[in-house]
Amino acid sequence: MPAIDIHGLTKSFGSIKAVDGLDLVVGEGLCLGLLGPNGAGKSTTMKMLTGQAIPDGGSLHVLGFELPREAKKAKARMGVVPQLDNLDIDVTVEENLAVFARLYRVQDVGAAVDRALGIARLTDRRKDAVDRLSGGMRRRLLLARGLIHDPKLLLLDEPTVGLDPQIRTELWTLIDNLRSGGTTILMSTHYIEEAERLADEVAVMAEGRVIARAKPSELIAEHVGVSSAEVYGPPERLAEVRAAAEEAGLRVRAAGPAIAIVGAEQAEPGLIPEDAVHRAASLEDVFVLMTGEDAE
Amino acid sequence: MKPVRRLEPAVILAVMGRELANFRTFWKSTAFTSTFEPVVYLFAFGLGLGSTLVTTVDGVDYVQFVGTGLVATAVVFSSALPAMFGTFVKERFQRTYDAILAAPVDVEELVTAEMLWIGLRSAVFGCFPLIVTMFFGLEPELTMLLVPVFAFVTALAFAAFGMTMAATVSKIDQFNYVTTLVITPLFLVAGTFFPIDQLPEGFQVAAQFNPLYQLVELVRGASFGLEAVDALRFAGLLVLAAVMWRVAINRLEKRLII
Repeated sequence: MPAIDIHGLTKSFGSIKAVDGLDLVVGEGLCLGLLGPNGAGKSTTMKMLTGQAIPDGGSLHVLGFELPREAKKAKARMGVVPQLDNLDIDVTVEENLAVFARLYRVQDVGAAVDRALGIARLTDRRKDAVDRLSGGMRRRLLLARGLIHDPKLLLLDEPTVGLDPQIRTELWTLIDNLRSGGTTILMSTHYIEEAERLADEVAVMAEGRVIARAKPSELIAEHVGVSSAEVYGPPERLAEVRAAAEEAGLRVRAAGPAIAIVGAEQAEPGLIPEDAVHRAASLEDVFVLMTGEDAE
Repeated sequence: MKPVRRLEPAVILAVMGRELANFRTFWKSTAFTSTFEPVVYLFAFGLGLGSTLVTTVDGVDYVQFVGTGLVATAVVFSSALPAMFGTFVKERFQRTYDAILAAPVDVEELVTAEMLWIGLRSAVFGCFPLIVTMFFGLEPELTMLLVPVFAFVTALAFAAFGMTMAATVSKIDQFNYVTTLVITPLFLVAGTFFPIDQLPEGFQVAAQFNPLYQLVELVRGASFGLEAVDALRFAGLLVLAAVMWRVAINRLEKRLII
């Protein structure tokens, strides 16, 4: 039985179709990265998975329970780590965890709190009020709170958004430990590196549905080949190089101040300028080419 | 397909436990305000007005008349206002309800727990003016033990009202309309500072529909002698609390479940 089983899911807000016929199956023990630009439908999908949004159509099963009808049963077995910090800041670290242990009807609240504190490496700070913690500690506490009842499924909604690189790396280690321990994880993110590092598989969402799904290496090989060549220079030069590459049937995307010629290994000799920087093709190439260059 | 709903006492207690954990961090300031405010009112109205213009109302010492009436003031200000602002802040700014609803809790349980918590708090704070008035000569009566019950039921209704308003307004500033147009008039024509039988007949009729007036009458009944009509007053407050509970659930569900 898959941990998440979604078929033909739809959800509209007025005339806007946030989720449009989404099919998504997440097997037990898998870490799936849900990658998509803003407005792709990731957050609405997450809300439907926690019963906080009611689908207009389609079917949605989590851990064998039909949502939204059996949302409470499903929620009792899944943990949620939200994008935004919603801890009780005046209350101590351990009280924050104990409150949620009780909400999840955990039998031995003390043991559950100790275990969660251990996972988040916050045992020494258990008596501190949350507003005395650093940003990274608060993120770790959010993760610990989502794990307080030892869930079978963990939903991570943009788990490292807005964090320093060091804290992000620290959280990635924690998430990777959970993945290695067999917890099923659905992680929505728009950090390509995060998905690339942590996810067993990546599903790319755009306009409310999954447009590609595979292991990161397979997505790269299938959609963007082996290498990309980044060309820097004034806009006129970039436009010239772009036109030539596209005329030769290569795909080109904007890459900040440069352009990236994707599948550069297929280019005819002389097509790519000598000063181009060659690098391995990445998931970012896949993402931008599949979801478009324009930010919403 | 709608979610299956069931009120689980363990969940309601857990949500109230969260409120208690937070309350422990700020109870001193709340308790201070709840004690000090009736003292100020008693000095200003009871002793100030009482020693200069009015000495008794319907045979009751004016200080005691005001002191018993202030129970309703304490109840409305410790229920409707925290429910309005607290709910709005937890929903919009702190995202507390997102966290709670991601756990196996539904809106019905959330609203019920929040109402019960506010009701309990108000039942305690509502007694403070009565206790303070005892220092101004109010004789303790056994029937006064009913006052927390009356305060609790009234506070439930006002907590649900506050939560309903929080789920209705789009900006926190809009609470000004609610306090000016609803709470202040209810407070002023509740018979706290003057007997309503001296008001024009229209106001007297309108006061019968004011839950705060009914609470004031119940508290004065418990303090100076209950009457048969008080059972009807209490039943009315129970019905109002029940109706407002369902209204609050309906409004919060519309706000929290998209």
